[in-house]
Amino acid sequence: MIISIASGKGGTGKTTLSVNMALSMDSDVTLLDCDVEEPNAHLFIKPDQVKTESVTVLVPKVDMTKCSYCKKCYEICQFKAITVFKETVLTFPGLCHSCGGCALICPENAITEEDREIGTIEIGQKNNVKLIMGTLNVGEAMAPPLIHKVRTHHEPSKITFIDAPPGTSCPVVASIKGSDFVILVTEPTPFGLYDLGLAYQVIQHLSIPCGIVINRSDIGDQKVKQFAHENHIPILMEIPFDRAIAEAYSEGTPLIEKYPEWKQKFLDLYDTIEKIVISKK
Amino acid sequence: MKELVVVSGKGGTGKTSMVSALASLSKNKVLCDADVDASDLHLIMHPQNKEDHEFFAGHVPRIDTQVCTQCGLCKMNCRWHAIDDNFTIDLIACEGCGVCYYICPEQAILFDENKCGHWYIANSRFGHMVFAKLGIAEENSGKLVTLVRQEANKLAQQKQLDFILTDGPPGIGCPVIASIGGATLVLIVTEPTIAGLHDLKRIIELTKHFKIPSRVCINKYDINLKMSQEIESTAEANDSKVIGKIPFDPFFTKAMVEGKTIFEYDPENSICKTITTMWDCLWNEISESNN
Repeated sequence: MIISIASGKGGTGKTTLSVNMALSMDSDVTLLDCDVEEPNAHLFIKPDQVKTESVTVLVPKVDMTKCSYCKKCYEICQFKAITVFKETVLTFPGLCHSCGGCALICPENAITEEDREIGTIEIGQKNNVKLIMGTLNVGEAMAPPLIHKVRTHHEPSKITFIDAPPGTSCPVVASIKGSDFVILVTEPTPFGLYDLGLAYQVIQHLSIPCGIVINRSDIGDQKVKQFAHENHIPILMEIPFDRAIAEAYSEGTPLIEKYPEWKQKFLDLYDTIEKIVISKK
Repeated sequence: MKELVVVSGKGGTGKTSMVSALASLSKNKVLCDADVDASDLHLIMHPQNKEDHEFFAGHVPRIDTQVCTQCGLCKMNCRWHAIDDNFTIDLIACEGCGVCYYICPEQAILFDENKCGHWYIANSRFGHMVFAKLGIAEENSGKLVTLVRQEANKLAQQKQLDFILTDGPPGIGCPVIASIGGATLVLIVTEPTIAGLHDLKRIIELTKHFKIPSRVCINKYDINLKMSQEIESTAEANDSKVIGKIPFDPFFTKAMVEGKTIFEYDPENSICKTITTMWDCLWNEISESNN
Protein backbone atom coordinates (compact mmCIF):
# COMPACT_ATOMS: atom_id res chain seq x y z
CA MET A 1 0.00 0.00 0.00
CA ILE A 2 1.40 3.41 -0.96
CA ILE A 3 -0.19 6.46 0.64
CA SER A 4 0.96 9.90 -0.53
CA ILE A 5 0.42 13.06 1.45
CA ALA A 6 0.09 16.17 -0.73
CA SER A 7 -1.58 19.56 -0.46
CA GLY A 8 -1.19 22.19 -3.14
CA LYS A 9 -0.61 24.93 -0.58
CA GLY A 10 2.61 24.84 1.42
CA GLY A 11 2.69 24.63 5.18
CA THR A 12 -0.65 22.87 5.68
CA GLY A 13 0.77 19.93 7.63
CA LYS A 14 1.93 17.30 5.12
CA THR A 15 5.10 16.42 7.03
CA THR A 16 3.21 16.46 10.35
CA LEU A 17 0.71 13.96 8.96
CA SER A 18 3.18 11.67 7.17
CA VAL A 19 5.58 11.53 10.14
CA ASN A 20 2.86 10.89 12.71
CA MET A 21 1.04 8.30 10.60
CA ALA A 22 4.30 6.43 10.01
CA LEU A 23 5.26 6.49 13.71
CA SER A 24 1.74 5.40 14.79
CA MET A 25 1.64 2.22 12.73
CA ASP A 26 2.16 -1.10 14.52
CA SER A 27 4.05 -2.66 11.60
CA ASP A 28 7.36 -1.67 10.00
CA VAL A 29 6.78 1.05 7.43
CA THR A 30 8.74 3.09 4.92
CA LEU A 31 8.55 6.88 4.81
CA LEU A 32 9.79 8.45 1.57
CA ASP A 33 10.52 12.17 1.90
CA CYS A 34 10.04 13.35 -1.69
CA ASP A 35 10.17 17.05 -0.82
CA VAL A 36 13.78 16.97 -2.00
CA GLU A 37 14.11 20.78 -2.22
CA GLU A 38 13.28 21.22 1.48
CA PRO A 39 13.06 17.82 3.21
CA ASN A 40 11.86 18.04 6.80
CA ALA A 41 10.72 14.57 7.92
CA HIS A 42 14.16 13.71 9.33
CA LEU A 43 13.91 16.63 11.77
CA PHE A 44 11.02 14.81 13.48
CA ILE A 45 11.93 11.15 12.89
CA LYS A 46 15.60 11.74 13.92
CA PRO A 47 16.77 8.49 12.26
CA ASP A 48 19.77 6.45 13.41
CA GLN A 49 22.46 4.65 11.37
CA VAL A 50 22.05 6.99 8.45
CA LYS A 51 23.68 5.88 5.20
CA THR A 52 24.24 8.49 2.49
CA GLU A 53 24.49 7.86 -1.24
CA SER A 54 25.26 10.31 -3.99
CA VAL A 55 22.64 10.60 -6.74
CA THR A 56 23.81 11.37 -10.24
CA VAL A 57 22.26 11.96 -13.63
CA LEU A 58 23.81 11.52 -17.07
CA VAL A 59 24.98 14.58 -18.96
CA PRO A 60 26.75 14.85 -22.34
CA LYS A 61 30.51 14.92 -22.75
CA VAL A 62 31.73 16.00 -26.16
CA ASP A 63 34.96 14.76 -27.76
CA MET A 64 35.94 17.82 -29.74
CA THR A 65 38.47 15.83 -31.79
CA LYS A 66 35.53 14.01 -33.40
CA CYS A 67 32.99 16.86 -33.57
CA SER A 68 32.12 18.14 -37.05
CA TYR A 69 29.99 21.08 -35.80
CA CYS A 70 26.96 19.70 -37.65
CA LYS A 71 24.68 21.08 -34.86
CA LYS A 72 22.46 17.98 -34.82
CA CYS A 73 22.88 17.84 -31.02
CA TYR A 74 21.64 21.43 -30.73
CA GLU A 75 18.69 20.67 -33.03
CA ILE A 76 17.47 17.62 -31.09
CA CYS A 77 17.85 19.14 -27.61
CA GLN A 78 14.48 20.39 -26.35
CA PHE A 79 16.03 21.93 -23.27
CA LYS A 80 18.79 24.15 -24.74
CA ALA A 81 21.34 22.17 -22.77
CA ILE A 82 23.83 21.85 -25.64
CA THR A 83 24.75 24.32 -28.33
CA VAL A 84 27.36 24.76 -31.02
CA PHE A 85 29.03 28.14 -30.98
CA LYS A 86 31.69 28.94 -33.58
CA GLU A 87 34.23 26.14 -33.18
CA THR A 88 33.14 24.85 -29.83
CA VAL A 89 30.29 22.95 -28.22
CA LEU A 90 28.87 24.40 -25.02
CA THR A 91 26.88 22.27 -22.63
CA PHE A 92 24.65 23.51 -19.80
CA PRO A 93 24.47 20.45 -17.54
CA GLY A 94 21.93 22.06 -15.18
CA LEU A 95 19.43 22.22 -18.05
CA CYS A 96 20.04 18.68 -19.28
CA HIS A 97 17.17 16.20 -18.83
CA SER A 98 19.42 13.18 -19.52
CA CYS A 99 17.39 11.93 -22.46
CA GLY A 100 20.50 10.72 -24.33
CA GLY A 101 19.22 12.30 -27.54
CA CYS A 102 22.40 14.21 -28.39
CA ALA A 103 24.60 11.13 -27.91
CA LEU A 104 22.19 9.06 -30.01
CA ILE A 105 21.93 11.50 -32.89
CA CYS A 106 25.59 12.55 -33.22
CA PRO A 107 26.77 11.21 -36.61
CA GLU A 108 30.43 11.31 -35.48
CA ASN A 109 29.85 9.42 -32.17
CA ALA A 110 31.51 12.41 -30.54
CA ILE A 111 29.14 12.47 -27.55
CA THR A 112 29.27 10.16 -24.57
CA GLU A 113 27.51 10.54 -21.25
CA GLU A 114 29.02 11.05 -17.82
CA ASP A 115 27.62 11.21 -14.30
CA ARG A 116 26.89 14.50 -12.59
CA GLU A 117 25.80 14.69 -8.96
CA ILE A 118 22.46 16.43 -8.30
CA GLY A 119 21.91 15.49 -4.67
CA THR A 120 21.97 12.76 -2.09
CA ILE A 121 19.74 10.07 -0.64
CA GLU A 122 19.93 9.25 3.05
CA ILE A 123 18.51 6.06 4.52
CA GLY A 124 17.95 5.72 8.24
CA GLN A 125 15.78 3.92 10.79
CA LYS A 126 13.88 4.98 13.89
CA ASN A 127 11.64 2.49 15.69
CA ASN A 128 9.32 1.04 13.06
CA VAL A 129 10.06 3.70 10.42
CA LYS A 130 12.63 3.37 7.67
CA LEU A 131 13.13 6.90 6.39
CA ILE A 132 14.47 7.56 2.90
CA MET A 133 15.03 11.21 2.14
CA GLY A 134 16.32 12.97 -0.93
CA THR A 135 18.19 16.27 -0.64
CA LEU A 136 18.66 18.27 -3.84
CA ASN A 137 21.98 20.15 -4.05
CA VAL A 138 21.39 23.90 -3.65
CA GLY A 139 21.52 25.50 -7.10
CA GLU A 140 20.14 22.44 -8.91
CA ALA A 141 16.98 23.25 -10.85
CA MET A 142 15.33 19.87 -11.29
CA ALA A 143 13.78 17.91 -8.46
CA PRO A 144 12.03 15.06 -10.39
CA PRO A 145 15.17 12.97 -11.22
CA LEU A 146 16.04 12.83 -7.51
CA ILE A 147 12.42 12.16 -6.57
CA HIS A 148 12.34 9.21 -8.97
CA LYS A 149 15.44 7.78 -7.24
CA VAL A 150 13.82 8.19 -3.79
CA ARG A 151 10.74 6.36 -5.08
CA THR A 152 12.83 3.35 -6.15
CA HIS A 153 13.28 2.62 -2.43
CA HIS A 154 9.67 1.59 -2.07
CA GLU A 155 9.41 -1.96 -0.66
CA PRO A 156 6.18 -3.66 -1.79
CA SER A 157 6.01 -5.81 1.36
CA LYS A 158 5.68 -2.75 3.63
CA ILE A 159 3.23 0.12 3.90
CA THR A 160 4.81 3.21 2.33
CA PHE A 161 4.02 6.81 3.17
CA ILE A 162 5.19 9.52 0.77
CA ASP A 163 5.69 13.09 1.99
CA ALA A 164 5.18 15.13 -1.20
CA PRO A 165 6.35 18.70 -1.87
CA PRO A 166 3.92 21.66 -2.09
CA GLY A 167 2.63 22.81 -5.47
CA THR A 168 0.90 21.08 -8.37
CA SER A 169 3.51 20.55 -11.05
CA CYS A 170 6.17 18.02 -11.97
CA PRO A 171 7.79 17.44 -8.54
CA VAL A 172 4.36 16.63 -7.07
CA VAL A 173 3.44 14.33 -9.97
CA ALA A 174 6.79 12.52 -9.67
CA SER A 175 6.19 12.05 -5.92
CA ILE A 176 2.62 10.75 -5.99
CA LYS A 177 1.99 8.94 -9.27
CA GLY A 178 1.32 5.26 -8.85
CA SER A 179 0.13 5.70 -5.23
CA ASP A 180 -2.89 3.77 -4.02
CA PHE A 181 -4.28 6.80 -2.20
CA VAL A 182 -3.53 10.49 -1.76
CA ILE A 183 -4.33 12.40 1.42
CA LEU A 184 -4.81 16.10 0.62
CA VAL A 185 -3.92 18.16 3.67
CA THR A 186 -5.48 21.61 3.67
CA GLU A 187 -6.47 24.53 5.87
CA PRO A 188 -9.91 26.17 5.86
CA THR A 189 -8.79 29.47 4.29
CA PRO A 190 -9.14 31.00 0.79
CA PHE A 191 -5.51 30.08 -0.09
CA GLY A 192 -6.02 26.56 1.27
CA LEU A 193 -9.24 26.11 -0.72
CA TYR A 194 -7.90 27.47 -4.02
CA ASP A 195 -4.74 25.36 -3.93
CA LEU A 196 -6.74 22.32 -2.81
CA GLY A 197 -8.84 22.71 -5.96
CA LEU A 198 -5.69 22.69 -8.11
CA ALA A 199 -4.21 19.70 -6.28
CA TYR A 200 -7.50 17.82 -6.61
CA GLN A 201 -7.38 18.30 -10.39
CA VAL A 202 -3.88 16.76 -10.42
CA ILE A 203 -5.13 13.74 -8.44
CA GLN A 204 -8.05 13.31 -10.82
CA HIS A 205 -5.65 13.53 -13.78
CA LEU A 206 -3.65 10.70 -12.21
CA SER A 207 -6.83 8.75 -11.35
CA ILE A 208 -5.89 8.13 -7.72
CA PRO A 209 -8.54 7.94 -4.94
CA CYS A 210 -8.16 10.67 -2.34
CA GLY A 211 -9.45 12.12 0.90
CA ILE A 212 -9.01 15.38 2.79
CA VAL A 213 -7.49 16.16 6.16
CA ILE A 214 -8.28 19.65 7.43
CA ASN A 215 -5.54 21.08 9.63
CA ARG A 216 -6.16 24.08 11.92
CA SER A 217 -9.80 23.18 11.22
CA ASP A 218 -11.36 25.70 13.60
CA ILE A 219 -9.88 28.84 11.96
CA GLY A 220 -11.04 30.29 8.64
CA ASP A 221 -14.33 29.42 6.98
CA GLN A 222 -16.48 26.47 5.84
CA LYS A 223 -15.71 26.57 2.12
CA VAL A 224 -13.22 23.68 2.17
CA LYS A 225 -15.90 21.45 3.70
CA GLN A 226 -18.37 22.69 1.07
CA PHE A 227 -15.87 21.87 -1.68
CA ALA A 228 -15.36 18.39 -0.25
CA HIS A 229 -19.11 17.71 -0.11
CA GLU A 230 -19.76 19.06 -3.61
CA ASN A 231 -17.04 16.82 -5.04
CA HIS A 232 -17.82 13.79 -2.88
CA ILE A 233 -14.34 13.77 -1.37
CA PRO A 234 -14.31 12.21 2.11
CA ILE A 235 -13.08 14.39 4.96
CA LEU A 236 -10.92 11.90 6.80
CA MET A 237 -9.77 13.92 9.79
CA GLU A 238 -9.88 17.39 11.30
CA ILE A 239 -7.05 18.67 13.47
CA PRO A 240 -8.04 21.82 15.42
CA PHE A 241 -5.56 24.66 15.89
CA ASP A 242 -3.67 24.21 19.13
CA ARG A 243 -0.81 26.50 20.08
CA ALA A 244 0.77 23.67 22.06
CA ILE A 245 0.86 21.51 18.91
CA ALA A 246 2.45 24.42 17.00
CA GLU A 247 5.07 24.85 19.75
CA ALA A 248 5.85 21.11 19.82
CA TYR A 249 6.16 21.17 16.02
CA SER A 250 8.52 24.13 16.24
CA GLU A 251 10.85 22.06 18.44
CA GLY A 252 10.76 18.98 16.20
CA THR A 253 8.55 16.96 18.57
CA PRO A 254 6.12 14.63 16.76
CA LEU A 255 2.46 15.24 17.65
CA ILE A 256 1.96 11.72 19.04
CA GLU A 257 4.78 12.28 21.53
CA LYS A 258 3.06 15.40 22.87
CA TYR A 259 -0.43 13.87 22.69
CA PRO A 260 -0.20 10.02 22.72
CA GLU A 261 -3.98 9.71 22.35
CA TRP A 262 -3.56 10.84 18.70
CA LYS A 263 -1.80 7.56 17.84
CA GLN A 264 -5.14 5.73 17.79
CA LYS A 265 -6.65 8.48 15.59
CA PHE A 266 -3.85 8.01 13.03
CA LEU A 267 -4.33 4.23 13.14
CA ASP A 268 -8.06 4.72 12.55
CA LEU A 269 -7.22 7.07 9.66
CA TYR A 270 -5.08 4.35 8.08
CA ASP A 271 -7.91 1.79 8.50
CA THR A 272 -10.38 4.14 6.81
CA ILE A 273 -8.00 4.63 3.89
CA GLU A 274 -7.34 0.91 3.57
CA LYS A 275 -11.09 0.23 3.37
CA ILE A 276 -11.51 2.88 0.64
CA VAL A 277 -8.61 1.48 -1.39
CA ILE A 278 -9.92 -2.09 -1.13
CA SER A 279 -13.44 -1.00 -2.12
CA LYS A 280 -12.12 0.75 -5.24
CA LYS A 281 -10.18 -2.30 -6.49
CA MET B 1 14.15 48.74 -12.57
CA LYS B 2 14.14 47.50 -8.97
CA GLU B 3 12.53 44.26 -7.89
CA LEU B 4 11.81 42.76 -4.49
CA VAL B 5 11.12 39.03 -4.58
CA VAL B 6 9.50 37.39 -1.55
CA VAL B 7 10.44 33.74 -1.04
CA SER B 8 10.58 31.39 1.94
CA GLY B 9 12.23 28.02 1.42
CA LYS B 10 9.59 26.38 3.58
CA GLY B 11 6.02 26.59 2.34
CA GLY B 12 3.21 28.24 4.24
CA THR B 13 5.25 30.82 6.15
CA GLY B 14 3.17 33.77 4.94
CA LYS B 15 4.76 35.01 1.68
CA THR B 16 1.51 35.91 -0.05
CA SER B 17 0.03 37.55 3.06
CA MET B 18 3.25 39.57 3.38
CA VAL B 19 3.24 40.58 -0.31
CA SER B 20 -0.39 41.69 0.06
CA ALA B 21 0.57 43.81 3.06
CA LEU B 22 3.55 45.33 1.20
CA ALA B 23 1.27 45.96 -1.81
CA SER B 24 -0.75 48.26 0.48
CA LEU B 25 2.40 50.23 1.35
CA SER B 26 4.51 50.38 -1.79
CA LYS B 27 3.78 52.90 -4.53
CA ASN B 28 4.27 53.15 -8.29
CA LYS B 29 4.79 49.49 -8.85
CA VAL B 30 3.76 46.40 -10.77
CA LEU B 31 2.73 43.32 -8.84
CA CYS B 32 3.95 39.94 -10.04
CA ASP B 33 2.81 36.53 -8.84
CA ALA B 34 5.61 34.13 -9.71
CA ASP B 35 4.15 31.20 -7.74
CA VAL B 36 2.65 29.83 -10.94
CA ASP B 37 1.96 26.33 -9.52
CA ALA B 38 -0.39 27.65 -6.87
CA SER B 39 -0.87 31.35 -7.41
CA ASP B 40 -2.89 32.90 -4.57
CA LEU B 41 -2.13 36.64 -4.73
CA HIS B 42 -5.22 37.25 -6.89
CA LEU B 43 -7.41 36.09 -3.95
CA ILE B 44 -6.45 39.27 -2.08
CA MET B 45 -5.73 41.61 -5.01
CA HIS B 46 -8.97 40.81 -6.94
CA PRO B 47 -7.55 41.70 -10.37
CA GLN B 48 -9.96 43.16 -12.96
CA ASN B 49 -10.04 43.47 -16.78
CA LYS B 50 -7.79 40.53 -17.28
CA GLU B 51 -5.84 40.10 -20.55
CA ASP B 52 -5.58 36.35 -21.05
CA HIS B 53 -2.60 34.89 -22.94
CA GLU B 54 -1.87 31.25 -23.67
CA PHE B 55 1.48 29.84 -22.63
CA PHE B 56 3.20 27.34 -24.87
CA ALA B 57 6.37 25.51 -23.90
CA GLY B 58 7.91 22.32 -25.11
CA HIS B 59 6.28 19.72 -27.31
CA VAL B 60 4.20 16.60 -26.92
CA PRO B 61 4.68 13.50 -29.11
CA ARG B 62 1.84 11.73 -30.91
CA ILE B 63 2.19 8.46 -32.81
CA ASP B 64 0.42 8.23 -36.16
CA THR B 65 -0.69 4.59 -36.05
CA GLN B 66 -1.36 4.55 -39.82
CA VAL B 67 2.32 5.16 -40.52
CA CYS B 68 3.85 3.33 -37.53
CA THR B 69 5.41 -0.06 -38.36
CA GLN B 70 5.88 -0.93 -34.67
CA CYS B 71 9.62 -1.37 -35.09
CA GLY B 72 10.02 -0.46 -31.41
CA LEU B 73 12.94 1.96 -31.80
CA CYS B 74 11.01 4.67 -29.96
CA LYS B 75 10.16 2.37 -27.04
CA MET B 76 13.73 1.14 -26.75
CA ASN B 77 15.21 4.63 -26.58
CA CYS B 78 12.66 6.24 -24.27
CA ARG B 79 14.35 6.66 -20.91
CA TRP B 80 11.04 7.27 -19.19
CA HIS B 81 9.38 4.05 -20.45
CA ALA B 82 6.56 6.28 -21.69
CA ILE B 83 5.72 4.14 -24.73
CA ASP B 84 3.94 0.87 -24.04
CA ASP B 85 3.61 -2.38 -26.05
CA ASN B 86 0.57 -0.96 -27.82
CA PHE B 87 2.59 2.10 -28.88
CA THR B 88 0.48 4.38 -26.72
CA ILE B 89 2.37 7.28 -25.15
CA ASP B 90 1.89 7.90 -21.43
CA LEU B 91 1.90 11.70 -21.43
CA ILE B 92 2.41 11.86 -17.67
CA ALA B 93 5.61 9.83 -17.90
CA CYS B 94 6.73 11.57 -21.12
CA GLU B 95 9.50 14.12 -20.60
CA GLY B 96 9.01 15.83 -23.98
CA CYS B 97 12.61 15.14 -25.02
CA GLY B 98 11.75 14.40 -28.64
CA VAL B 99 14.05 11.37 -28.98
CA CYS B 100 11.16 9.23 -30.29
CA TYR B 101 10.23 11.93 -32.82
CA TYR B 102 13.77 12.25 -34.13
CA ILE B 103 14.58 8.56 -34.16
CA CYS B 104 11.47 7.15 -35.87
CA PRO B 105 12.59 5.74 -39.25
CA GLU B 106 9.05 6.15 -40.67
CA GLN B 107 8.58 9.70 -39.32
CA ALA B 108 5.41 8.34 -37.75
CA ILE B 109 5.65 10.51 -34.65
CA LEU B 110 4.33 14.05 -34.60
CA PHE B 111 5.64 16.56 -32.09
CA ASP B 112 2.97 19.12 -31.27
CA GLU B 113 3.46 22.41 -29.45
CA ASN B 114 2.35 22.07 -25.85
CA LYS B 115 -0.04 24.55 -24.34
CA CYS B 116 0.77 24.35 -20.67
CA GLY B 117 -0.94 27.30 -19.07
CA HIS B 118 -2.14 30.88 -19.18
CA TRP B 119 -0.67 34.17 -18.10
CA TYR B 120 -2.59 37.35 -17.36
CA ILE B 121 -2.16 41.12 -17.11
CA ALA B 122 -4.77 42.89 -15.01
CA ASN B 123 -5.49 45.93 -12.86
CA SER B 124 -5.93 45.88 -9.13
CA ARG B 125 -6.55 48.49 -6.45
CA PHE B 126 -2.81 48.33 -5.71
CA GLY B 127 -1.58 48.61 -9.27
CA HIS B 128 -1.12 46.51 -12.36
CA MET B 129 -0.58 42.85 -11.86
CA VAL B 130 0.96 40.01 -13.89
CA PHE B 131 0.17 36.45 -12.86
CA ALA B 132 -0.24 33.00 -14.32
CA LYS B 133 -1.79 29.60 -13.98
CA LEU B 134 0.24 26.56 -14.96
CA GLY B 135 -1.81 23.73 -16.45
CA ILE B 136 -2.61 20.73 -14.33
CA ALA B 137 0.38 18.38 -13.79
CA GLU B 138 2.43 20.38 -16.29
CA GLU B 139 6.19 20.88 -16.44
CA ASN B 140 7.91 24.09 -17.58
CA SER B 141 6.96 26.05 -14.45
CA GLY B 142 10.40 27.71 -14.54
CA LYS B 143 9.75 29.02 -18.05
CA LEU B 144 6.36 30.42 -17.04
CA VAL B 145 7.92 32.12 -14.00
CA THR B 146 10.53 33.71 -16.27
CA LEU B 147 7.78 34.87 -18.62
CA VAL B 148 5.62 36.54 -15.93
CA ARG B 149 8.66 38.37 -14.59
CA GLN B 150 9.66 39.55 -18.06
CA GLU B 151 6.10 40.75 -18.73
CA ALA B 152 5.99 42.53 -15.37
CA ASN B 153 9.24 44.26 -16.30
CA LYS B 154 7.88 45.28 -19.74
CA LEU B 155 4.67 46.58 -18.20
CA ALA B 156 6.53 48.60 -15.56
CA GLN B 157 8.68 50.20 -18.26
CA GLN B 158 5.62 50.98 -20.39
CA LYS B 159 3.89 52.65 -17.46
CA GLN B 160 7.11 54.43 -16.42
CA LEU B 161 7.17 52.69 -13.09
CA ASP B 162 10.41 51.59 -11.51
CA PHE B 163 9.51 48.87 -9.02
CA ILE B 164 8.23 45.30 -9.21
CA LEU B 165 6.94 43.46 -6.14
CA THR B 166 7.07 39.70 -6.74
CA ASP B 167 5.42 36.88 -4.79
CA GLY B 168 7.76 33.89 -5.15
CA PRO B 169 7.23 30.11 -4.86
CA PRO B 170 8.32 27.82 -2.00
CA GLY B 171 11.32 25.50 -2.29
CA ILE B 172 14.70 26.06 -3.96
CA GLY B 173 14.22 24.41 -7.35
CA CYS B 174 13.72 25.76 -10.84
CA PRO B 175 10.65 27.97 -10.20
CA VAL B 176 12.48 29.66 -7.32
CA ILE B 177 15.70 30.06 -9.30
CA ALA B 178 13.66 31.56 -12.14
CA SER B 179 11.95 33.95 -9.71
CA ILE B 180 15.04 35.43 -8.06
CA GLY B 181 17.50 35.86 -10.95
CA GLY B 182 18.27 39.58 -11.39
CA ALA B 183 16.27 40.68 -8.34
CA THR B 184 17.45 43.75 -6.41
CA LEU B 185 16.68 42.17 -3.07
CA VAL B 186 15.08 38.97 -1.78
CA LEU B 187 12.90 38.97 1.32
CA ILE B 188 12.78 35.54 2.97
CA VAL B 189 9.67 35.02 5.10
CA THR B 190 10.32 32.27 7.60
CA GLU B 191 8.82 30.80 10.78
CA PRO B 192 10.50 30.02 14.14
CA THR B 193 10.45 26.24 13.77
CA ILE B 194 13.09 23.58 13.26
CA ALA B 195 11.76 23.08 9.71
CA GLY B 196 11.70 26.83 9.04
CA LEU B 197 15.35 27.15 10.16
CA HIS B 198 16.46 24.13 8.12
CA ASP B 199 14.80 25.44 4.99
CA LEU B 200 15.99 29.02 5.60
CA LYS B 201 19.62 27.86 5.49
CA ARG B 202 19.05 26.36 2.04
CA ILE B 203 17.20 29.33 0.54
CA ILE B 204 19.86 31.75 1.89
CA GLU B 205 22.52 29.51 0.33
CA LEU B 206 20.63 29.74 -2.97
CA THR B 207 20.52 33.55 -2.86
CA LYS B 208 24.25 33.64 -2.09
CA HIS B 209 24.91 31.21 -4.97
CA PHE B 210 23.22 33.72 -7.30
CA LYS B 211 24.80 36.72 -5.52
CA ILE B 212 21.48 38.30 -4.60
CA PRO B 213 21.28 40.09 -1.24
CA SER B 214 18.61 38.88 1.17
CA ARG B 215 16.78 40.01 4.28
CA VAL B 216 14.66 37.88 6.60
CA CYS B 217 11.30 38.35 8.25
CA ILE B 218 10.23 35.93 11.01
CA ASN B 219 6.47 35.36 10.94
CA LYS B 220 4.78 34.15 14.16
CA TYR B 221 8.13 34.69 15.90
CA ASP B 222 6.67 34.36 19.39
CA ILE B 223 5.72 30.71 18.87
CA ASN B 224 9.34 29.86 19.72
CA LEU B 225 11.65 32.64 20.92
CA LYS B 226 14.72 30.39 21.10
CA MET B 227 14.25 29.30 17.49
CA SER B 228 13.73 32.95 16.49
CA GLN B 229 17.11 33.79 18.03
CA GLU B 230 18.73 30.93 16.12
CA ILE B 231 17.24 32.32 12.93
CA GLU B 232 18.70 35.75 13.72
CA SER B 233 22.16 34.25 14.26
CA THR B 234 21.88 32.16 11.09
CA ALA B 235 20.92 35.21 9.05
CA GLU B 236 23.84 37.25 10.44
CA ALA B 237 26.29 34.41 9.78
CA ASN B 238 25.17 34.35 6.15
CA ASP B 239 25.46 38.02 5.12
CA SER B 240 21.76 38.56 5.77
CA LYS B 241 19.74 40.12 8.58
CA VAL B 242 16.37 39.78 10.27
CA ILE B 243 14.56 43.05 9.61
CA GLY B 244 11.10 42.15 10.85
CA LYS B 245 9.59 39.96 13.55
CA ILE B 246 5.84 39.52 13.39
CA PRO B 247 4.01 38.00 16.37
CA PHE B 248 1.39 35.30 15.83
CA ASP B 249 -2.04 36.87 15.36
CA PRO B 250 -5.20 35.24 13.96
CA PHE B 251 -6.09 38.54 12.27
CA PHE B 252 -3.89 37.56 9.27
CA THR B 253 -6.24 34.66 8.59
CA LYS B 254 -9.34 36.79 9.23
CA ALA B 255 -8.09 39.40 6.72
CA MET B 256 -7.42 36.64 4.15
CA VAL B 257 -10.91 35.16 4.61
CA GLU B 258 -12.36 38.61 3.81
CA GLY B 259 -10.06 39.00 0.81
CA LYS B 260 -8.34 42.02 2.34
CA THR B 261 -4.81 43.02 3.20
CA ILE B 262 -4.14 43.42 6.93
CA PHE B 263 -3.98 47.20 6.43
CA GLU B 264 -7.52 47.16 5.04
CA TYR B 265 -8.84 44.73 7.64
CA ASP B 266 -7.48 46.32 10.83
CA PRO B 267 -5.12 49.25 10.23
CA GLU B 268 -4.87 49.93 14.00
CA ASN B 269 -3.34 46.54 14.73
CA SER B 270 0.22 46.99 16.02
CA ILE B 271 1.44 44.44 13.45
CA CYS B 272 0.64 47.01 10.75
CA LYS B 273 3.13 49.36 12.39
CA THR B 274 5.75 46.58 12.56
CA ILE B 275 5.35 45.81 8.87
CA THR B 276 5.45 49.51 7.95
CA THR B 277 8.78 49.85 9.77
CA MET B 278 10.06 46.75 7.99
CA TRP B 279 8.91 48.11 4.64
CA ASP B 280 10.69 51.44 5.26
CA CYS B 281 13.88 49.52 5.95
CA LEU B 282 13.43 47.38 2.81
CA TRP B 283 12.64 50.32 0.57
CA ASN B 284 15.71 52.17 1.86
CA GLU B 285 17.92 49.26 0.86
CA ILE B 286 16.17 48.76 -2.48
CA SER B 287 16.36 52.40 -3.53
CA GLU B 288 20.03 52.65 -2.58
CA SER B 289 21.00 49.40 -4.27
CA ASN B 290 22.94 49.22 -7.53
CA ASN B 291 21.24 45.89 -8.47
